[in-house]
Amino acid sequence: MLLRHTDKEIKERSALTVNPAKTCQPIGAMYAALGIHNCLPHSHGSQGCCAYHRSTLTRHYKEPVMASTSSFTEGASVFGGQANLLEAIQYIFTVYNPDVIAVHTTCLSEVIGDDIPQILARAREDGEIPEGKYVIHCNTPSFVGSHVTGFANMVKGMVHYFAESGGKKLDQINIIPGWVEPSDMREIKRLAREMGVTTVMFPDTSDVLDAPLTGRHQFYPKGGVTVKELQSIGDSMGTIALGHFASSAAAEALDAKCNVPYEILDIPYGLLATDRFIDTLRRMAKVEVPESINAERGRLVDAISDMQSYFYGKRVALFGDPDQLVALSEFLVTLNMRPVYVVTGTPGKKFEEQMSRVLEEIPEAKFKQAGDIYLLHQWIKNEPVDLLMGNTYGKFIARDEDIPFIRIGFPILDRIGHSYFPTVGYIGALRLVEKILGAIMDRQDRDCPEESFELVM
Amino acid sequence: MSENLAEVFATTREKLLKVYPTKAARKRAKHMVINDPNPETMPEIEANVRTIPGIITQRGCTYAGCKGVVVGPIRDIVNITHGPIGCGFYSWLTRRNQTKPIDDNDYNLMNYCFSTDMQEDDIVFGGEKKLRQAVREAYEIFKPKAIGIFATCPVGLIGDDVHAVAREMKEELGINVFGFSCEGYKGVSQSAGHHIANNQLFKHVIGLDDTVRDSKYKINLLGEYNIGGDAFEIERILEKCGIDLIATFSGNSSYDYFANAHTADLNCVMCHRSINYVADMMEVKYGIPWIKVNFIGAESTAKSLRKIAKYFGDPELTERVEAVIAEEMPEVEKHRAEARSRCEGKTVMLFVGGSRAHHYQDLFSELGMKTVAAGYEFAHRDDYEGRRVLPKIKIDADSRNIEELTVEPDPERYRFRKTEAEVAELKAQGFEFSDYEGMMAQMAKGTLVIDDISHYEMEKLIAYHKPDIFCAGIKEKYVIQKMGVPCKQLHSYDYSGPYAGFRGAVNFYHDIDRLVNSKIWNYIQAPWQKSPELIATYVK
Repeated sequence: MLLRHTDKEIKERSALTVNPAKTCQPIGAMYAALGIHNCLPHSHGSQGCCAYHRSTLTRHYKEPVMASTSSFTEGASVFGGQANLLEAIQYIFTVYNPDVIAVHTTCLSEVIGDDIPQILARAREDGEIPEGKYVIHCNTPSFVGSHVTGFANMVKGMVHYFAESGGKKLDQINIIPGWVEPSDMREIKRLAREMGVTTVMFPDTSDVLDAPLTGRHQFYPKGGVTVKELQSIGDSMGTIALGHFASSAAAEALDAKCNVPYEILDIPYGLLATDRFIDTLRRMAKVEVPESINAERGRLVDAISDMQSYFYGKRVALFGDPDQLVALSEFLVTLNMRPVYVVTGTPGKKFEEQMSRVLEEIPEAKFKQAGDIYLLHQWIKNEPVDLLMGNTYGKFIARDEDIPFIRIGFPILDRIGHSYFPTVGYIGALRLVEKILGAIMDRQDRDCPEESFELVM
Repeated sequence: MSENLAEVFATTREKLLKVYPTKAARKRAKHMVINDPNPETMPEIEANVRTIPGIITQRGCTYAGCKGVVVGPIRDIVNITHGPIGCGFYSWLTRRNQTKPIDDNDYNLMNYCFSTDMQEDDIVFGGEKKLRQAVREAYEIFKPKAIGIFATCPVGLIGDDVHAVAREMKEELGINVFGFSCEGYKGVSQSAGHHIANNQLFKHVIGLDDTVRDSKYKINLLGEYNIGGDAFEIERILEKCGIDLIATFSGNSSYDYFANAHTADLNCVMCHRSINYVADMMEVKYGIPWIKVNFIGAESTAKSLRKIAKYFGDPELTERVEAVIAEEMPEVEKHRAEARSRCEGKTVMLFVGGSRAHHYQDLFSELGMKTVAAGYEFAHRDDYEGRRVLPKIKIDADSRNIEELTVEPDPERYRFRKTEAEVAELKAQGFEFSDYEGMMAQMAKGTLVIDDISHYEMEKLIAYHKPDIFCAGIKEKYVIQKMGVPCKQLHSYDYSGPYAGFRGAVNFYHDIDRLVNSKIWNYIQAPWQKSPELIATYVK
């Protein structure tokens, strides 16, 4: 057994986290910053943070992830990191020439108490920030929240540094996609285009973390929201923020700063969340939903109705990030499945509120914020499930307990596809349906007696 | 590439330095040398010093070197990361140090991640209370033989004393509990973490179990981490030779092996950078000599086995080692010849690790491939220029931060394993004790050596010289391949392996052949991009 020390008996733990279902803020800030065009994320702390974040993102995307670090040593930890950051800014503009440096802090620089705005003011005074270039920042102490919080903070940082109101409203809608894949961001933009709506998406990692092989390394790939676009978000007609945990902070900040009304929706995973997204976009942009989108929706409903008996009553365990789990659980309920165990490592009471709403009709469901995968495994040991969904770390449970497993969330370190094929929208929901059916039906094919092995299913 | 490497690379070096501001250029210049393998005229290279902030380095931190590299692979210790969740999370199963418990009932904690997941309150009010409780819970639930505690950046700053907590909990729980002050900011790279891990294992674990095994040729293998199963293959070979492996530091290892390691009669050092401290300290305290070995490469494996046999000086062992080599090599040669026919003459660049950029040159040369440029990520001058430069290395403030243990011979257990006469005789035959000649002595004259290569330097080097293969790590892998050059990861082996020993060499030959000769490199351009001038028009 891979997890041979995981016992059925659940002992109270107040201090020890075992097999976390979250990681720390800075990696989220790095991921978000990669969604700005011509931007170099910068980690203000020890080298290890930056190395770990780049490695994890690279393993998830199989793509270059460029970012720099303040390379703290003991001296910086004693005297503060100002000298390191000033030096870094100078080298980055000289050698790597980005439009934007997006600084995020780490637990180290937070504990030291480095005042980033003050250091940036100093860099400006010293003439180290060339004309037309920007250095933005957000605080991402690792001992608060999770990687999702870090993502939210960097997106809020974009609003803080770039949003302006020019006084005249532009015929465009802001979309804050939340922590989703480049494929998802591409799909959300496609849906908006299909509806004839002009959008500004921030961040946007499509065409950044899914770049083509051309024989040349494009240090700043062609994708990402541009500074000019970010400067225009204050004049948009409205903002659609997808995912409470990842996107609401930025939407609220933009409203406070530039009076841009917003709606916070779930990530459009599955039928109903996509319906709400399309409907909200329709009303906000005052457009009609085209027949092509009705047809996409119709195909999804058709597939679900064709195969509904395979989903019915199946017990599912899920772990990952709150915004994804809420939307995904809702979709599973739509499919007549039973999401019985749902764990996120990200802390936040809001998650439990959201889950109790989504899982109203599943009385046996257990869900937990600030939990860990070890606890989820113990629940499974006590009463098994038919399907497990989560990031790659779930494969250890899946093998030990012999449960069909679908990889979803972050990080996925051992399979590809997530960056190319969307999970959002009606097409993304179809992909989920295909994956769930594949897992369940493969299991039936593997386990059923020979006499009931079916050709047609 | 041109025949006059030295000239070509001198120009490259100038070009690489040109982009940097003056101060940075001055610093980086010392990290780039044109090689001369002659010890008399070998250039001095700067290494193990601070990386320039913002330059985009391959390097990681002290915690990564301590928990991630050296202590992480021990399967029956609960390794608790004391800090916010990230450090524990990122070092959870990402390094491919495989382990094989003895049976179904044996401990295997390798697949678990343990952390105190410090929150804001713990930072403000101190985290020791939470740490103590976490250690108790780990003991209650997992009943391990020992518990290690790893400090992360904020721990040192807020003043949590992991060693005091360890002492207290050791007393309370009655099992071995020890701490590591491996805060990420200590030192300039992973290397400081290796040293800290060495010190604590030496202080707290090595020497706890005096049981002497009834076997003839007892050795430890130091600095072998069982990436992709390397240690399994080396274990197979050693067993076949009748050599008794007491402990591997630390691939496929158990706490018990470390406790007993001082009963070995020879320490064999694979990765000099990460583990030479333990080798030195064990020699002083217990009288165990150490030698440098390398099981990367079939020829190197044979050479290392012969070196071990020579040390023991027993004709029976020598004969058996020769028999094993004779038995293993034909298969190796068969595969090598096949791969070599497609790889010979191709060029290699390696920028990785603290020993791998050196060791893997052996495997490439077995394939007839030429190493034209190489460098380490976190090694020291002695790993480049050989241990002969040790007395000349300046100890800077960053190195001085890392504790140097004062070790003395153990009053009861010190026993030098060879007589003075035996040592003299071996030395007369050219046998080298406690020595490592470093990477540069093996590299050709005129090749380029760069320490702690920056992203910019790497990208330019590839653009200027288009090597047939570039070896680095995960952060570099896809940058290199975007440029149409295959990259072999030498930290994780691209999830293949083993590459050590005889069977490992065979795997490597095929993997390299497959990679450099993959069809996909020919398909980067679409047909219409290859000949855009042919524009046809339809005639209606």
